[in-house]
Amino acid sequence: MPTLIDKSKVPWWVSNVIVPLVNLMLALFVSGLFIFIAGENPIQAVKLIIYGSFGYIEGFAYTLYYTTNFIFTGLAFAVAFHCRLFNIGGEGQAYLGGLGVFLVAINFSFLPVPIVWLLAILGSVLFGALWALIPAYLQAYRGSHVVITTIMFNFIASALMVFLLVDVIRDTNQMGPQTVSVPKELWFPMFRDITQLFGIKTRYSPLNISFFLAILASFLVWFLIWRTKWGYEMRAVGHNTKAAVYAGISPKRNIIIAMLVSGALAGMLGVNEILGVHHRVIVNFPAGYGFTGIAVALMGRNHPIGIFLGAFLFGILYQGGSEVTFDMPNISRYMFVAVQGVIILFSGALENLFRPQIESFFVKRLNKESSV
Amino acid sequence: MVSPILELSNINKSFGHVQANKDINLQINKATIHGIIGENGAGKSTLMSIVYGFYQADSGTISIHGNKLNLKSPRDSIENGIGMVHQHFMLVENFSVLENIILGFEGEFIFGKKLEEAKEKLSKLCDIYKLNIDLNSIISDLSVGFRQRVEILKALYRGAEVLILDEPTGVLTPQEVDELFKILRSLKEEGKTIVLITHKLNEIMSLTSEVTVMRQGTVVGHKKTQSTNKEELAEMMVGRSVLLRIKKNESKKGEIIFKVKNLQVKDDLGVLRVKNVNFEIHEGEILGLAGVTGNGQTELLEALSGIRKIESGEIQIFNQTVSDQNNFLNPKDLKEKGLAHVPEDRQRMGLITDFKAHENLIFGYHHQPPFSRSSVLIEDKILDYSQKVMQDYDVRPQAPELITSNFSGGNQQKIILSRELNKNPKILLVGQPTRGVDIGAIEFIHQRLIDMRDKGVAILLVSVELEEVLSLSDRIVVMFDGKIVGEKNNQGVTDREIGLLMAGIS
Repeated sequence: MPTLIDKSKVPWWVSNVIVPLVNLMLALFVSGLFIFIAGENPIQAVKLIIYGSFGYIEGFAYTLYYTTNFIFTGLAFAVAFHCRLFNIGGEGQAYLGGLGVFLVAINFSFLPVPIVWLLAILGSVLFGALWALIPAYLQAYRGSHVVITTIMFNFIASALMVFLLVDVIRDTNQMGPQTVSVPKELWFPMFRDITQLFGIKTRYSPLNISFFLAILASFLVWFLIWRTKWGYEMRAVGHNTKAAVYAGISPKRNIIIAMLVSGALAGMLGVNEILGVHHRVIVNFPAGYGFTGIAVALMGRNHPIGIFLGAFLFGILYQGGSEVTFDMPNISRYMFVAVQGVIILFSGALENLFRPQIESFFVKRLNKESSV
Repeated sequence: MVSPILELSNINKSFGHVQANKDINLQINKATIHGIIGENGAGKSTLMSIVYGFYQADSGTISIHGNKLNLKSPRDSIENGIGMVHQHFMLVENFSVLENIILGFEGEFIFGKKLEEAKEKLSKLCDIYKLNIDLNSIISDLSVGFRQRVEILKALYRGAEVLILDEPTGVLTPQEVDELFKILRSLKEEGKTIVLITHKLNEIMSLTSEVTVMRQGTVVGHKKTQSTNKEELAEMMVGRSVLLRIKKNESKKGEIIFKVKNLQVKDDLGVLRVKNVNFEIHEGEILGLAGVTGNGQTELLEALSGIRKIESGEIQIFNQTVSDQNNFLNPKDLKEKGLAHVPEDRQRMGLITDFKAHENLIFGYHHQPPFSRSSVLIEDKILDYSQKVMQDYDVRPQAPELITSNFSGGNQQKIILSRELNKNPKILLVGQPTRGVDIGAIEFIHQRLIDMRDKGVAILLVSVELEEVLSLSDRIVVMFDGKIVGEKNNQGVTDREIGLLMAGIS
């Protein structure tokens, strides 16, 4: 057993910067081994990742597009986690959020565009939050663990959406399970459109103004958690339920609030995907972003700034990874799923693997320095 | 000269900063019932968990029959003939008695001959010790008393020579207690050694031949039960602290502003802990509630502060009923009625130790001005306020941004006190205000409580430190087994009188 150290003596930058970095390095090292075993040069692969995600303007735009999605789902997980709720239902909440966006866009398209946009964002928030409400209620009033219920609600969401896309809201001119597209004037301005304003011509990339929505959401989450009564109460319940009750704070109420906000944030992924990219609801558009968001939040220590960095890292991996699979015949798309898996493993499940050693190493060093 | 069967020497064990056991030396003789007595938190259970292999001691040795043992797990202890019956039973509810007993010692892959052998052996044990258990009954059908017997039988089946019982009577009815004592005596006669952990003096006097008293992690005395008495043991258990008596004026009593009528409260397990309690507190008066820990004080405080539901009876503030069995005000509502509460367990209830000091300084009042306006916390105001109160209450270090767990116990307590006293309450409930607090801070805290009294606040002081109750209170009530067993005016009352009441001798 590692020696117990006084947690209070660990400097913040050790637990919040050094430990995640070490975990990331380990994950990249293990991933490098995979690539080496597959018969390719890991160094070359790293070069390709960096080129793919930064090397040309569309590549960078793709990176930021992925980052947008990870920010939404990462924030979603983090808010619930501040109340010590492990919401792994981001995937389903995002799926329903997309439905909300679509329904608003189709039904209110007669209103001025900015107002429809606002309503669509509200639609995503509302649908995502409602999808989290039932697990939240079951946790708060019935004690059913939110991990179990939220993951089951992912399956329910998936089945529900397939049903709707096949039988209820399918575009009847199409064979595939997808809806009609929303009116063209409601499509979010793309990165390409913006660069064109400055006279730069770029090729297509899915990056759109949802990126700014993600940044705004990050700020709002920071404000909610650290600057409002609600965030204060959620954190109190999360840290010490007994003390919260003593202070007159209702754990039930705060479990519900935290889950609603969490579901709402996950639902906003639908704004990026529907108004920004697909312009219609297609089968399984959340594509695993909900799950990756968990790793993003854990890497980012549940703080919006950390989440932004984590989301950006995963954006680089998604975009750079596709570049690698394009150029290296021995590396399949699935290899990069494995690489993400390794990163999630090291920064999520094995997050505390080396933490005690790293922390006690620094505490001992600092103690030595201060006693000299 | 009898040689001890179990010998502990210089056992030390600490959890973080808390030293749970300090240089414990203990000898237990064969075929005796040896009592270990002390208040909750005195380190009895920790010590016995070390003997049973649950925890490893930081230093010191354990030997049995003179052989030093290296206990790494309960399995090692069982192999060396040490068995333990825990306060909370470790039984699989939907298994039969037999299945529970052989659990982990099944012997072979498929039940067969071994099972028959086990049955035979168990029936014999039941006969010898008059346990009277049907091996085929399902645990969930058995009463608490019988479940405990299953635990005893389990330990015996595994070859226990030394049997440790941790607070065995806490969950039993008086009749079940009598039955248990009969069994324990017959075990002793058959040559088994029994270690009885308890905080009840009656049990020690009626059952044991020797007794060890523990206080704050150390052994404060060994006695032959014959040559001691309850009064002496109670005194050793509660101890005398170095507390100076505080100087205070005669209280200027006013109207009755807080009244408790026929209050009954149950704990989380549904056991009635507060039994028909009545008292009232006047304006400008400190009512001391003395008693050994675990006699219902915790549940009483929780009920009075709105944390725990009350079973029956009522609580009145300014002659207005605030809580009865149908309606009760939550802590937030009670705060608005002018009730403040300094809880007994400051780390688990009074504070969020992971929060920064300034966040804890507004805890429970965070929704009120000036700390927040329309649900937004006003950081500047909170920090200014924190600076000011930390100075007023001499909280060191005076750093509102510091995480609360980095403050010492005394300073954490000052954070809570400043928070609860600063809102000018009319009624103040205080639980163990100086537990784990250094002497300098004790004096400071006592002075603040007296100041509050002189301002006209009605104060209920719950403390296991008898000296503290005597020093601060204007009137004292004693709680034993959930009931108020005595009331004394604090003039010329001796600690001996109160001590007797605390031990349930009246």
